[in-house]
Amino acid sequence: MGSGTTAEVATSTPAWEYAPAPESRDIVSIAGEYGLFVDGEFRQAADGGTFATVNPATEETLAVVAEAGPADIAAAVAAARRAYEQVWSPMPGAERAKYLYRIARVLQERAREFAVLESLDNGKPIRESRDVDVPLAAAHFFYYAGWADKLEHAGFGPDPRPLGVAAQVIPWNFPLLMAAWKLAPALAAGNTCVLKPAETTPLTALLLAEVCQQAGLPDGVVNVLTGAGETGAALVQQRGVDKIAFTGSTEVGKQIATTAAGTGAKLTLELGGKAANIVFDDAPVEQAIEGIVNGIFFNQGHVCCAGSRLLVQESVAEIVIERLQRRLATLRLGDPLDKNTDVGAINSRQQLDKITELAAAGDAEGAQRWSPPCELPDKGFWFAPTLFTGVSQSHRIAREEIFGPVLSVLTFRTPDEAVAKANNTPYGLSAGIWTDKGSRILWMAQRLRAGVIWANTYNRFDPASPFGGYQESGYGREGGRHGLAAYLSA
Amino acid sequence: MAWPRTSVPDKTRSAAPSPAASQRAGSPAANDRAPNDRARLAVRKTHKLFIGGAFPRSESGRSFPVHDASGELLAYAAKASRKDLRDSVKAARSAFAGWSGATAYNRGQVLYRVAELMEGRSAQFAAEVARAEGLRRKQAEALVADAIDRWVWYAGWSDKVAQVAGAANPVAGPYFNFSVPEPTGVVVVLGPAQSSLLGLVSVLAPVIVTGNTAVVIASEHCPLPSVALAEVLATSDVPPGVVNVLTGSAGELAPVAAGHMDVNAIDLTGVAAGERAELERIAACNLKRVYYDHERWDEPPGTRRLLAPLEIKTVWHPAGI
Repeated sequence: MGSGTTAEVATSTPAWEYAPAPESRDIVSIAGEYGLFVDGEFRQAADGGTFATVNPATEETLAVVAEAGPADIAAAVAAARRAYEQVWSPMPGAERAKYLYRIARVLQERAREFAVLESLDNGKPIRESRDVDVPLAAAHFFYYAGWADKLEHAGFGPDPRPLGVAAQVIPWNFPLLMAAWKLAPALAAGNTCVLKPAETTPLTALLLAEVCQQAGLPDGVVNVLTGAGETGAALVQQRGVDKIAFTGSTEVGKQIATTAAGTGAKLTLELGGKAANIVFDDAPVEQAIEGIVNGIFFNQGHVCCAGSRLLVQESVAEIVIERLQRRLATLRLGDPLDKNTDVGAINSRQQLDKITELAAAGDAEGAQRWSPPCELPDKGFWFAPTLFTGVSQSHRIAREEIFGPVLSVLTFRTPDEAVAKANNTPYGLSAGIWTDKGSRILWMAQRLRAGVIWANTYNRFDPASPFGGYQESGYGREGGRHGLAAYLSA
Repeated sequence: MAWPRTSVPDKTRSAAPSPAASQRAGSPAANDRAPNDRARLAVRKTHKLFIGGAFPRSESGRSFPVHDASGELLAYAAKASRKDLRDSVKAARSAFAGWSGATAYNRGQVLYRVAELMEGRSAQFAAEVARAEGLRRKQAEALVADAIDRWVWYAGWSDKVAQVAGAANPVAGPYFNFSVPEPTGVVVVLGPAQSSLLGLVSVLAPVIVTGNTAVVIASEHCPLPSVALAEVLATSDVPPGVVNVLTGSAGELAPVAAGHMDVNAIDLTGVAAGERAELERIAACNLKRVYYDHERWDEPPGTRRLLAPLEIKTVWHPAGI
C-alpha cells in the first residue's frame, strides 16, 4: 500500500515495490451514448432522458445512458409479455437451454472485455472482475441452462410453470454477476425479463444485452432499462409484472414489499447484511487472517454478505488484530485496472459520503480507528481499509451496514456468547466461523440465524449453491436448485 | 453361451467394392471420389480402437469386415482382444481419480464441448450413421441431432445430480448427516446393437457425466460411428482414458468384461435379452452393478441411466462445542 509503512510493520514485512501492471482498456470500445434495450433493439428513451455514468477511479464520464421513463417501462413490459406468451414459454426447455448455453459461451469468449468494462464502470480491481465476477456470471448461465430442460426433475412437482414477466432490479456492487443471477434462472424457467441495472453501473448490463443479440435470443425475452431509483420503483409497480426480484438495500426492499403487497406478484429480495465473522482461539491464524481480509475488503467491502463484524475470541484477539494490521499494510489500493491492485475505488461519491459518515460515527462513539499508511489518489472516490477496535454492540458501526472497507472488531469468550452477538442484528444473510474443530463448526452453523454459513472460508459463491438471507436480509434464494423455485409456480 | 454374430457373411479382404457400389450415394465407396472432383482419389480412414487417449490397432493384429445394410463392405475395423479390453480397463482406472475429482462444472463443460464438436461434424456423422444403419440421409440427420442434444442434456446434469439424488438427513441426535452420490468407478458399456450413435451416446454420456470412466464395447453390427465418436472425444477435452472404445466381437469381449475384477459396473443394454443372464452370473464375481433397460432412444431419457452408476455416500459429523 504505497511506499510508506509504519516502523513496527516494516520490521516484519519488507515493502515490496511493484511496477505498474495495467490491463489495457483497448479491448473495450465504449460508445458515447447508450440506448435502452427493448424488444431486441437499442432505442432512445421516449422522453429523451439521459444520465452519465462515470469511472469512479478517475471521475471521467464514460458514457451517456438513456434514462427509462414510464413509456419505456410500459413498452419493455409489453415486449416481455409478448415474448413470454408467443415465444419463450411455449419453447421446449431444451431450446431455451441452448440459448442460455450460447450466452454462457459468449460471456466466456468476451470475458476480458467484460472484466475491463466492469472495472472501469464499477471501480473494482481487475483481478476481481477478471477472476470472480465474469467467470461466475458465465458459470451461472451454464448452470441454469442445464436446468431449462430438467424442470420436472427439480423437485417442484411434475409440471412446474414459469411465472410470466420478471422485473429485476440489481445493485452496483456486482453489476454483471447480479444480472446473471437474475436473468439465468428466470430465463431457464421460461420467464421473460425486464432488467434494471444500477444507475452508476449500467454498462456491462448493456453489453450483456448485446450478447443476447449475438446469441440470437428472441426479441423481448430480455429487456434492459437503465435509470435511477425512480425507474426501478416504477418498473416494479408496472402492471403486467408477475415477478419482482430485487437486490439492494433493506430500506428499498421494504418499500418494494409494501408496494407489491396485494398485487399477487411473487417477490424475491436479497438485501443488506451485517455478517459476523467469528474467529475461535483454535483457528489457523494465517488462514483466518486471509479470510477476514477477503471477508471485508473484497470488492471494497461493497458486498451485502461482507464479514463486517469480526468476532474474535478474547484469548487470541491481540494476536489476530496485530497480524491483521500487518496484513492490511500489504494491501495495494489504487488503479482498478492494475493487476496488482487489491482495493479499488468506492463506487460513487454518494457511497463514499455514507462510509465517511459512518466511520466518523465510530470515532464519535468511542471506537478506536486504525488504517494502514495509505496514499489515496487525487481523483476519484477512495477510502482506506479501516479497522475499528473497542467496538461495542450498540455502536452504529456494529449495527448498520456500512458497505465499505470498514471492519468492526468485537470480542467474545464462549461459543454461546459468539452466537448471541452474531445473531444480535436484524439482518441474517451470512456468517463466518473459523475453528479447527469440526463439531463446533456444525454446532455454530445450527445456531447462527443466517442464510449462508462459511466455515474456514469466506465469500465463496457458486451457481450450484443457494444464496439469500434470513430476517431483514430478504427472502427467497438465488443459485442452486432452490434458486429455480423463485421463478416457478409449482 | 451364444452371442449374436453379424448376420452378414464375412467377405474376404480381397473383395473390393464393386464399381456399382462406388457410385451409390451413402456407401463409403462414394467417398472415393468427391462429387465435384472426379479426378481426386479420396483418402480412406483406418478404423482403430481408442484406448487411453490413443488410437492403437488391436494388439492382436486382428480386424474384421464391416458391412452396410445391403451387405456391401464398408471397411475393416480393429477387432479388439481380451488384452485390449484389459488395457482399456487399466486406462479407465487410471483416469478415474482425475475425472471423478474434477469439479462437476468442469465435467459439464467438457460434455458440452463434445456436443459442440459433434455439431461441427454432424454431416460426417449423418453419413456414417446412414451407411452403418441403412437409413435415409434425413433419418440419419435426425438421429445425429438427437445424439448431440443428448450430450447437452447430460452435460447439464453434472452439477445438478447431487442436488436431486443427495440429501441432508435429519437424524435424531447431535449430528450433521448428509448423503451425496458418487461415481461407481469403471463402467463397461455394451453399445446398443442397432443404434450405432444415438444409442451409444445415450448409454455413454450418463455414465461419464457423474465422474465414472467407461470402456465401450461398440455395436458389433455397426461399429464405425463409434470410431468417429472416439475421434470427437479425443479432441473435446475429455481426458485420456475417461472413455475407451473397443470394436470387435461382443461375444468374445463381454464375458471378459463381466469377469474383470477391476470393473465396477456393466451396462448390458446392448446385449440381446437372452444373453444377459449368463453375463450377470459372471458379473457377480466382484458384485458388479449390472444395469440394462429397454429404451427407445428417441424418447426423453429421464434420470434412470444417470442414477444407475452411482454410489450414495453418507457422512456423519457430530455437532457440539
